[in-house]
Amino acid sequence: MSRTVGRLYTFLIFLFLYAPILVLIVFSFNDTETASRTVFSGFSLKWYEKLFEDRLILEALRNTLIIAVAAAAASTVLGTMAAIGINSLKRLPKRVMMNITNFPMVNPEIVTGVSMMLLFVFAVGVFGGRSLGMGSIIAAHITFCLPYVILQVLPKLRQMDPALYEAAQDLGCPPVKAFFKVVLPEIMPGIVTGMIMAFTLSIDDFVISYFTSGTTQTLPIYIYSMTRKRVSPEINALSTVMFAAVMVLLIIVNVRSSNSGERAGKGGGQG
Amino acid sequence: MKRIFALLLAMLLLAPGAAAAEYDPDVTINVYSWGEYIANGTDGSMDINAEFTRRTGIKVNYTTFDSNESLYSKLVGGGADYDVIVPSDYMVSRLIDEGMLLPLDYENIPNYQYIDEQFRSPGYDPEEKYSVPYTWGVVGVFYNTRYIDEVTSWESLWNDEYAGKILMFDNPRDSFAIAQFLLGQDVNTTDPEEWRAAADLLKAQKPLVQAYVMDQIFDKMESGEAWIAPYYAGDAAILVDNSEDIDFAVPKEGTNFFVDAMCVPKTASHKREAEEYINFLCEPEISGANMDYVGYSTPETAAREYLDPEVAESPLHYPDAETIARTQIFVNLPGETSKQVDQLWAEVKMGGPGESAVLVAIILGFLGVYIAIIVYKRRKRKRELA
Repeated sequence: MSRTVGRLYTFLIFLFLYAPILVLIVFSFNDTETASRTVFSGFSLKWYEKLFEDRLILEALRNTLIIAVAAAAASTVLGTMAAIGINSLKRLPKRVMMNITNFPMVNPEIVTGVSMMLLFVFAVGVFGGRSLGMGSIIAAHITFCLPYVILQVLPKLRQMDPALYEAAQDLGCPPVKAFFKVVLPEIMPGIVTGMIMAFTLSIDDFVISYFTSGTTQTLPIYIYSMTRKRVSPEINALSTVMFAAVMVLLIIVNVRSSNSGERAGKGGGQG
Repeated sequence: MKRIFALLLAMLLLAPGAAAAEYDPDVTINVYSWGEYIANGTDGSMDINAEFTRRTGIKVNYTTFDSNESLYSKLVGGGADYDVIVPSDYMVSRLIDEGMLLPLDYENIPNYQYIDEQFRSPGYDPEEKYSVPYTWGVVGVFYNTRYIDEVTSWESLWNDEYAGKILMFDNPRDSFAIAQFLLGQDVNTTDPEEWRAAADLLKAQKPLVQAYVMDQIFDKMESGEAWIAPYYAGDAAILVDNSEDIDFAVPKEGTNFFVDAMCVPKTASHKREAEEYINFLCEPEISGANMDYVGYSTPETAAREYLDPEVAESPLHYPDAETIARTQIFVNLPGETSKQVDQLWAEVKMGGPGESAVLVAIILGFLGVYIAIIVYKRRKRKRELA
């Protein structure tokens, strides 16, 4: 009895999680003239065709991806360095630093967005630039992604035995090499998770981008601007493509890690 | 050698022409317009921006906004150097009042001659110095003929037979205008009493209204969830085209006539190229091809021959002169009045004043719970220690 209840509960949870995506995917194949979001009138790929003809959407997507990749890469490097630094601090300064880095996470996005816009506008004025754009939006995204990366990397560093690094140096390994050979592989899972988080946070950020984007348009801003008319099912098609891409990526990563895990388990693998 | 000489000669011949054009083909202009408001090459339409780049070499960075207010905040916030913006009538007059637009050099926009007489010296730009109309349209009522026979008056939106099936605009200007037309007021009145009377009318309507929405009217009307809704004719024309049951009417009390116009903001860095772009969009053939896709109306009679004849004849897109005579256009309201309108609108939507009292009550409630938790924890700890 309690088992069926448990299953039902799990089923309901997954239903609520995935029903919206399912509806979105189904309606991306809707064959309708009016771009209806309520009546399904047959299967067609026309929204996908339109999507790949629509230069504005593709341009917005390109901007979004450039920003996400740049922000994820930069914040991962900076965040990892910061985590290593914080980890080697004494107890009190460590707590102070953690609070400072956590602050942007709990700060309402709109406050971050507006304050960054004011800062950038001021900087543009001082340095004689014309306008905010790609540069300012990437800087903003790096800023709000940083704490998430630090939070992912720090626990891994804490789990690691500091003696390993010292042992490597005792055995004649130069510090830099010891870091790349010993520390980095240990904390890699945290870095990868942090990077993926930064990437996804950057892709779907609207509020901060809205204020700091200047004349650059990202996908969320473009979609929002469609609301006077109606959000076109091209967006359903695009979301479906993105969902599928992420899905495939996750499956590949999981299969690979479980494969290497098996090999390691059998005792012969390099990991 | 001869060939080089010929080439040089040809260049000499071309030079004066290039000088007359004056614009720099190597720049990129930043255009800020409404979402889905330009033909973009899908569905066999013309890719307007690509065509402009092909003809002039000037590249276009085309970005979009969702409301006049977003546009305004972006302009005021700074940090964005747009070259061409497309605000609506009342926002044009507000930007003019605040000195945020550059006067246009109409000599660079020869195609301005095609703009119809009806759009010259408009209320929002009486001196015709800052703006060139891009599109226009009227607000009308869409209704489902299965449930409603005919609509001739805005009063239908107050009919309790349709209770729960009525939609209204989710913005103060458009919603108030409907009440104002019913009351026979000027939509740009500055008399606080008149605004209050309009607000009272909207409050009386509120129990009948299913929802205050913008783009959701498409889905709600299409599925029959709502029966009657006011909306911009150009946007909602697709509803009439695709559904046999949905019809459109302009009420007899008159309606709002709106224009979205192209302007150059003060912060623009490529004014000359911006004017080239505006001129290009005014070319009748381009305007026709563009509006064919967008669904709004072109302000140029000359452009109509490039439209689908059915659209060009349709009263939905091009209402007759008699209807237009009954319309009014929005201009910017003075600060006092717009503050009052915002306040009244909040009252209409939230059901009367006293929101601040509610807010204080909520905050006090939270505070009470918080203190209770702290006290409880203290007691618990004391008990444990004891």
